[in-house]
Amino acid sequence: MSAPTGTVALFATCINDLMFPDTPKAVVRLLERLGCTVDFPLSQTCCGQPFTNTGYFKEAMPSVRNYVETFESYEYVVGPSGSCIGSVRDQHPMLAGRLGDPGLQRRVEAIVAKTYDLSEFIVDVLGVTDVGAYFPHTVTYHSTCHSLRVTKVGDRPYRLLKAVRGLTFVELPDSDQCCGFGGTFSVKNPDTSVAMGTDKVRHVLDTGAEYLVAGDNSCLLHLGGLLSRMEAGVRPIHLAEILARTEEDLVEAGTSANSEGGVR
Amino acid sequence: MTAEPTETVADHGVPAVHERRTPAPPPVTLIGMPKFPKNAKKELGNAQLRSNLRHATTTIRNKRARVVQELPHWEQLRLAGEAIKNRTLRHLDDYLIQLEESLTANGAIVHWANDADEANQIVIDITRSKGVDEVVKVKSMATQEIDLNEALEEAGIAAWETDLAELIVQLGHDRPSHILVPAIHRNRSEVREIFLEEMGRYGTPPPEGLTDDPAMLAGAARVHLRDKFMRAKVAVSGANFAIAETGTLVVVESEGNGRMCLTLPETLISIVGIEKTLPTFADLEVFMQLLPRSSTAERMNPYTSMWSGVREGDGPQEVHVVLVDNGRTKVLADEVGRQALRCIRCSACLNICPVYERVGGHAYGSVYPGPIGAILTPQLRGTASEVDKSLPYASSLCGACFEVCPVRINIPEVLVHLRNKVVEENPGPSLQNIGMKAGGWLMGKGSRFGMAGKGAEAFGTVWPGSKIGPLPIPGWAAGWTGARDMKKPATETFRDWWKKREKTAGRGDQEGQA
Ligand code: SF4
Repeated sequence: MSAPTGTVALFATCINDLMFPDTPKAVVRLLERLGCTVDFPLSQTCCGQPFTNTGYFKEAMPSVRNYVETFESYEYVVGPSGSCIGSVRDQHPMLAGRLGDPGLQRRVEAIVAKTYDLSEFIVDVLGVTDVGAYFPHTVTYHSTCHSLRVTKVGDRPYRLLKAVRGLTFVELPDSDQCCGFGGTFSVKNPDTSVAMGTDKVRHVLDTGAEYLVAGDNSCLLHLGGLLSRMEAGVRPIHLAEILARTEEDLVEAGTSANSEGGVR
Repeated sequence: MTAEPTETVADHGVPAVHERRTPAPPPVTLIGMPKFPKNAKKELGNAQLRSNLRHATTTIRNKRARVVQELPHWEQLRLAGEAIKNRTLRHLDDYLIQLEESLTANGAIVHWANDADEANQIVIDITRSKGVDEVVKVKSMATQEIDLNEALEEAGIAAWETDLAELIVQLGHDRPSHILVPAIHRNRSEVREIFLEEMGRYGTPPPEGLTDDPAMLAGAARVHLRDKFMRAKVAVSGANFAIAETGTLVVVESEGNGRMCLTLPETLISIVGIEKTLPTFADLEVFMQLLPRSSTAERMNPYTSMWSGVREGDGPQEVHVVLVDNGRTKVLADEVGRQALRCIRCSACLNICPVYERVGGHAYGSVYPGPIGAILTPQLRGTASEVDKSLPYASSLCGACFEVCPVRINIPEVLVHLRNKVVEENPGPSLQNIGMKAGGWLMGKGSRFGMAGKGAEAFGTVWPGSKIGPLPIPGWAAGWTGARDMKKPATETFRDWWKKREKTAGRGDQEGQA
């Protein structure tokens, strides 16, 4: 089945699919509002990073092949995760080179070229920084390592956030320092992971922000878990969920902008 | 209390008991050494260590960032450093032979050592041939790697560290915890205590009324070392660079103690890892810009000593160079792992590393701690021991190390590569292996993952409350929930929401029925 031209395939990522469905829902709403036709091919699964980064290259291959087969007919693949998109870009070519065949390698390279993190797609492809969002809250932003150093989203999330109406932005001190999630690092080295996360949370609390924003729910799962355990009250939220909110949503819902509280 | 009897084999092969000459460090035994996470847990509980490390690493990495920003061509310098090192490693066999020829032509005596034991024996033999029983040492990672001090001690030769921080470590019966600042885990009041307690036992004691004033502490060390410098007949050094073209060895340092060792004694023995080779003298231009800024965050280091063999009437009249392999050719054979041999031991990766900052150097169980240690040690030593197996996992893969490395070693890439090696070497039916295999299969098809989603929804629906608190299930579950809550899975996965939406819109797999 080939996709109609211009259709954006949403790569929800496995963790968002199961744990954070509000994030991909927000992406759908946002991209449709910006005029895109969005499709969610049901054959998609995972980027394979949990396997790759734990050293299980062979076990990551089904994910790599599945990603190629699922998405190669689309013009754009967009995912709300700097880390999963980074894995596709950085690790799929390596894995295909080591364990695949030249055919697979070529297909991987082709798909890497059209795979985007949400913030990149909005700013670079759609050419928009003001997405018409409204979010009357104080937020701070954690840049997340893979968004910053692998996918290299740069200042795009900041530009998008700063254009949101009603939003007050507070800079997070040491925002480029790792939060300590690190995939299986969080359970293989739980004490170090928590020590890093605790320092990050301390900085977050210092900002006085109501919301902690990031482009990666996996880091927010870790930080949100710490915030929840300490009953800190700061809410973790994915960038997409802020960008998707408009003034009309608020009127319709008749409540504050919290679609989902608690732990992430 | 220098009386710690040690069994030793004297010249004639007869075991003899002698008193230790130098302070005994804690023993290093790989067998039975706990894994990194366990070591880390212990160190994390040390509040003093954590505040020392946070303060020291934050200061130095911020300073590094400032001095690096001054150079608009920093990225080009890094690329040049990488390229020079890659070229050297590609033709290392040729450059090493050239280095030997140049050194020999300059009057130096070149030795080759396959491993630590061979290198140590060469130093022992040379020192004995001079009829002395002590050496002064320039700070050197290579000699730490081969544990030269303890080998000399066993042979009845005292090795005196002269770098201030190494002296603190040695007098403290300790091991270094940082490549550049070996005593980074100590603060000045601890240094004062160590000096008061130990200095007098091994030479000139500290002055009366020693305070923790840094100038006074440094003064005490200066006086203590002076005596050792003046009587030393043999010095042992490493080298930052060994230039094949000219047969020149280079030592870059801050204190000048190295300069004393390199110039005063009659005999100088330099232990040099074979990867320290540089093709030409001109290559130094690049590294003398990269190294000081990356290591001490200085535009230029105070002392750079270079010597090319023997010069009559000037400096040591007998110059030995021991070229050490000790696992390096094995590393060179690994296409991904070999980039670790580009390392110039600047320690920028340690100072930026969020893991190192919290656990310190000792948790890595090796003289090479931090990110470089996590990729170099398991390659040099192999991954048979528990600690070496765990080192490639001692990182959150945040990538900050790669960003600062002056020779662009892609440390996260090597970490992941080594993790794969560990996995391949341990194919047994472990819980992790089984779980990963099952997970890999599950992710091979959307339909399979969709089934898992159904399970997650069911779990999310029956689990009481909005979050999962501490779970007493050992392993990963307890690891996560010990200090963090876990979000429970959604009661409706995204894909189920999407299917419903498509159905409502009259599309998707239910098309025509809605
Ligand atoms: S790996 Fe790079 S940053 Fe780390 S010590 Fe070596 S040269 Fe310096």
